[in-house]
Amino acid sequence: MAKRSILKEFKPAKEGRIPRDISELTKVEKERLKFLGLDESLQRVGEFVQVDAKPVLCRRKTEGLEILPITEALKKHDWLSDYYWKLLSPDKDEFTKATAEDLDDGYFIRALPGVKITYPVQTCLYIRTEKVAQKVHNIVIVEEDAELNLITSCTVHPHVQSAFHIGVSEFYVKKRGKLTFSMLHAWGEQTMVRPRTGVLVEEGGLYVSTYVSLYPVKDIQTSPICRLVGEGARSSFVSIIANHSGSKIDIGGEVWLEAENTSTEIISRTVVYGGENIARGKIVAKSPKVKGHLECQGLMLSDNGIMRAIPELDSHFYDVELTHEAAVGKIARDEVEYLMARGLSEDEATSLIVKGFLTVKVEGIPPSLQAQIDKVLETAKLGF
Amino acid sequence: MKPILLEVSDLWVEVEGRLVLKGISLKIPVGETHVIFGRNGSGKTTLLMTLMGFPIYKVKQGKIYLKGEDITELPSYERARRGIGIMFQRPPTIRGVKLRDILKLCAKENGKKIEELARAFKFEPFLDREVNKGFSGGELKKSELLQLLVQDPDLVLLDEPESGVDVENLNLIGQMIKRLLQKDAPHRPRTKSGLIITHTGFILQHVAADLGYVVMDGEIYCTGNPIEIFEGIQRFGYEGCKECLKRKAMEGQPWQKEAF
Repeated sequence: MAKRSILKEFKPAKEGRIPRDISELTKVEKERLKFLGLDESLQRVGEFVQVDAKPVLCRRKTEGLEILPITEALKKHDWLSDYYWKLLSPDKDEFTKATAEDLDDGYFIRALPGVKITYPVQTCLYIRTEKVAQKVHNIVIVEEDAELNLITSCTVHPHVQSAFHIGVSEFYVKKRGKLTFSMLHAWGEQTMVRPRTGVLVEEGGLYVSTYVSLYPVKDIQTSPICRLVGEGARSSFVSIIANHSGSKIDIGGEVWLEAENTSTEIISRTVVYGGENIARGKIVAKSPKVKGHLECQGLMLSDNGIMRAIPELDSHFYDVELTHEAAVGKIARDEVEYLMARGLSEDEATSLIVKGFLTVKVEGIPPSLQAQIDKVLETAKLGF
Repeated sequence: MKPILLEVSDLWVEVEGRLVLKGISLKIPVGETHVIFGRNGSGKTTLLMTLMGFPIYKVKQGKIYLKGEDITELPSYERARRGIGIMFQRPPTIRGVKLRDILKLCAKENGKKIEELARAFKFEPFLDREVNKGFSGGELKKSELLQLLVQDPDLVLLDEPESGVDVENLNLIGQMIKRLLQKDAPHRPRTKSGLIITHTGFILQHVAADLGYVVMDGEIYCTGNPIEIFEGIQRFGYEGCKECLKRKAMEGQPWQKEAF
């Protein structure tokens, strides 16, 4: 008998309490989105907000940038069919299938050739209604010699107990283009999350992904596949995770090095308070003269959780440089005592050490985004 | 009479099941700096660590009073908040935590001083480095002393502040300690006190110490003028202390009051 899909337990996002525009959100909701970066005081060159099934804000403040709901973009650009469902297949799993069959919406963002947009574009996928499944499909294209910095904040209404988010994303970085994609997530304790991401990077291009999840979430499972197909293409995946009790977080990253002089690094830092964490990483050398490094570091704060680090290196050639290091351990006692001798209580000392552990300077992202990541780290309660 | 800042009374301390301190008593008045001499393994470091309140140092008997308050059972951070500061011999690296982050936490309200002090002691480039990571011997000491200067404790505990420091930096370390103990402003009333372990006597060239102790086998063998004690040790070694003690015992002198 076929397994009953978990998606059956959720209603379509189209049946949600969708506002006509963003001004109809309550003060509490606006505060929440502001905390995650939808903040007038921050320099943003474009914004996209989707509530349940419908985009409620979509604007750009600069030339050379295109932002549209994906449903509109598909109508406007015939050529988009060359990008739509090309890096991922609807048949990949039940979640991609459900998205292909009943798309809610999503964003289409494109940096035009040669346009370097250093200030970030902010997107926000927000679930407002109890027990809905939000299914989005996003396409980002960075054309030749262009640069785009994208920050995406996903969250749920403070009162939503249970929700499901599926995000299908296809990212294209053309020759010498650069895309940074930073995810600062604050899902709810009962939210299920299934991002499905495919990335294609051409010659000399760079893709930098940063995934930050410090708040309790029920279940995340994702493993983006990034193909470096042109010579000298690079990618970097950093995930910064606090795994709370009751959470199951399985985050991977798979990079295929398909051309000479391509390189990648996959770095994960995880603090486990409880629950179950899996940090996967896989680098596949499909060309000679490539480089890849995998690093999984885990800090266990209790005996009530489980952490698995699963690094994987595959090579089909001899002239490659693939390395990995993985370490799972506890907080060093001497570090705690050092800080206590400076006047910090044990809890304050632990919190500072954890914050330090999770502080990874992500190479290639603009300072304003790093500041945003640092702020989230600052605000999250990281002690026991 | 100057008020007493620290009083240690008949302190017996065990470390991992081994008795290391056997009845140490001493008093440090406000504004005074005392120096401890002794062989490796005599219990000097244990005394300092016990005063700071690290958990592996178990007080079996005796009391520690700071400004008249019994702090024997207090955790280290409570002691730090009450005015004790310690320089670590081998401070750990804390990944992702910058020296500046720790200084800010040490500083509490006098955060302004961080830049000023770092500049004064030529340590600005280290503020945004991971604390202690890849620091040389001298840099570790400077980092520790900078943290203490910002923390501004009333009682400073220093364990061989000169060890591992190259000749060029010794003077700067000396200046930092002078500042810490307010010895750089001799005309102002002094409120800071220190307890310093030294092997080389280096500190005596920078700081006029008020009293010296010789610690042997977990006990204070001798108390007196620190320079005289140091000169005696240089000439006769710690064996000389034993001889001196025997002689004084035979002469019926109160042996803890004088040196050599």
